[in-house]
Amino acid sequence: MTEHDVRTFNINFGPQHPAAHGVLRLVLELDGEVVERVDPHVGLLHRGTEKLIEAKTYLQAVPYFDRLDYVAPINQEHAFALAVERLLGIEVPFRGQLIRVLYSEIGRILSHLLNVTTQAMDVGALTPPLWGFEQREKLMIFYERATGARMHAAYVRPGGVHQDLPQALIDDIEKFTETFPKALDDIDNLITENRIFKQRNVDIATVSLEDAWAWGFSGVMVRGSGAAWDLRKSQPYECYDRLDFDIPVGKNGDCYDRYLIRMEEMRQSNSLMKQCIDLLNSEEGKGPVSTTDGKVVPPKRGEMKRSMEALIHHFKLYTEGYRVPEGEVYAAVEAPKGEFGVYLVSDGSNKPYRCKIRAPGFAHLQAMDFLCRGHMLADVSAILGSLDIVFGEVDR
Amino acid sequence: MDEALKELGEYCALKLEAALTGFKVAFGELTLEARADDIVSVMRFLRDDARTRFISIIDVCGVDYPERNQRFDVVYHLLSPTQNMRIRVRVLADDVTPVPSITEVFPGADWFEREAYDLYGILFSGHPDLRRILTDYGFDGHPLRKDFPLTGFVEVRYDEERKRVVYEPVKLAQEFRDFDYLSPWEGTDYVLPGDEKAKQ
Repeated sequence: MTEHDVRTFNINFGPQHPAAHGVLRLVLELDGEVVERVDPHVGLLHRGTEKLIEAKTYLQAVPYFDRLDYVAPINQEHAFALAVERLLGIEVPFRGQLIRVLYSEIGRILSHLLNVTTQAMDVGALTPPLWGFEQREKLMIFYERATGARMHAAYVRPGGVHQDLPQALIDDIEKFTETFPKALDDIDNLITENRIFKQRNVDIATVSLEDAWAWGFSGVMVRGSGAAWDLRKSQPYECYDRLDFDIPVGKNGDCYDRYLIRMEEMRQSNSLMKQCIDLLNSEEGKGPVSTTDGKVVPPKRGEMKRSMEALIHHFKLYTEGYRVPEGEVYAAVEAPKGEFGVYLVSDGSNKPYRCKIRAPGFAHLQAMDFLCRGHMLADVSAILGSLDIVFGEVDR
Repeated sequence: MDEALKELGEYCALKLEAALTGFKVAFGELTLEARADDIVSVMRFLRDDARTRFISIIDVCGVDYPERNQRFDVVYHLLSPTQNMRIRVRVLADDVTPVPSITEVFPGADWFEREAYDLYGILFSGHPDLRRILTDYGFDGHPLRKDFPLTGFVEVRYDEERKRVVYEPVKLAQEFRDFDYLSPWEGTDYVLPGDEKAKQ
């Protein structure tokens, strides 16, 4: 073959591209329309979160976790709270655990709805995102009613959750769980059997289970390849071991299987939310929402008006914060996108010595080259969509 | 759980011999201390041995202790889905001697090692493409080192006259306020005079 016959050329995909799901720059080397090599350039949204956390107290670090995967903020805070609690050795009361699980599952639905519908948009459908966003809007209002913020909640804090839920909110969430399966069925009818959606997703980016583990995949990415692996089941945290749910597993490890798993997980999350609400309404689910240890969780406003001790605790906790015993832990949760982990090193002071954030999207995106090789240019956006990338957590 | 981890640690120490310098179980987690030169063989053993099967790479990251001679910890987290266990492997490194890259054992370690290089300046030998990953093109320094200031050295803005983005030294309108909360006025580790008379 002479020099003349070689027709590889480079194109630049992003950083401003609607199918890049944020600020991703891909340098693609193409032979005609076939992708030969992909070089993702990330870090355009790097904010130095880990460095900032090292300069803040443990409580001040919480809001940074909302800004990682901003599609499901509470799941991130949860991982950090678990890490700090493990070092401090404190237990969260049952009601606090239920609220955490309830809002984690709301976060899972928020994230999967966004992903499933925008993946459909990436391959050409416009209606699913409109339908999906209607449901997301309702869920974000539940966020707002519990935490005061639609996204950046700062709600799950070491020791429990910030505030209790009003009964009216619990009742409204219950109503939502009754109507949501219908909305999900509508989206299901729209996408699942759609010919174009299938043509664009079936047998695209198949991953064998062995590869999935070696590349550090987690969450839907390993379940799509056939592993029944879910941290909520295999390494249960909070009260997941008391709740009843199934893990959907794929067979082929392609984009379409991953889509189907996300749809089924939303149904499971809906049922988990129902179970949590039933428990919250039962006698067992009453009580405090955070640990009553005054050295970690600040007192309620009302107490401060009457008790000198509460006032001192409040002042100390919001200035100095609490000190965490020396040591290191790795705590992980099953976030919607995969295993979200926090590796926390404490030197015994009131600030984390090191807080490494293990984002699932980072491990998934690095496999872009491995996944896209030999596929067509148009498949790149479908693959990116099924990886479920959010740049807040990839770039940190 | 701790018993099983201790058993696993002893098994690894027996099999890996000189490659490990020790292990400990704390907070329900097992940490192996390995020698940096042997990290590839340690990783291969942990992945392939029938009793460990740590086939999934979770994380590779650095930790900086500037007062130490070998200032960096390189911390690897692995997961064994068949045993349902996690393990942490730690090696020591400094800023000139490279640590062997484990990308040939776990392809997924690629970006994590690039990140450790970018943020800490830890070198990895045998890595296919050790470039910066998270920081800006042309960035200077390693921002997560403890001696790197939180505010950084340069800031960027768009210059209307030159019609491009310019880099300038950081100017702070107000001094960065770093309070020392660790003052000694709360709690003492000695008995206050007179307290010894109080009933415990």
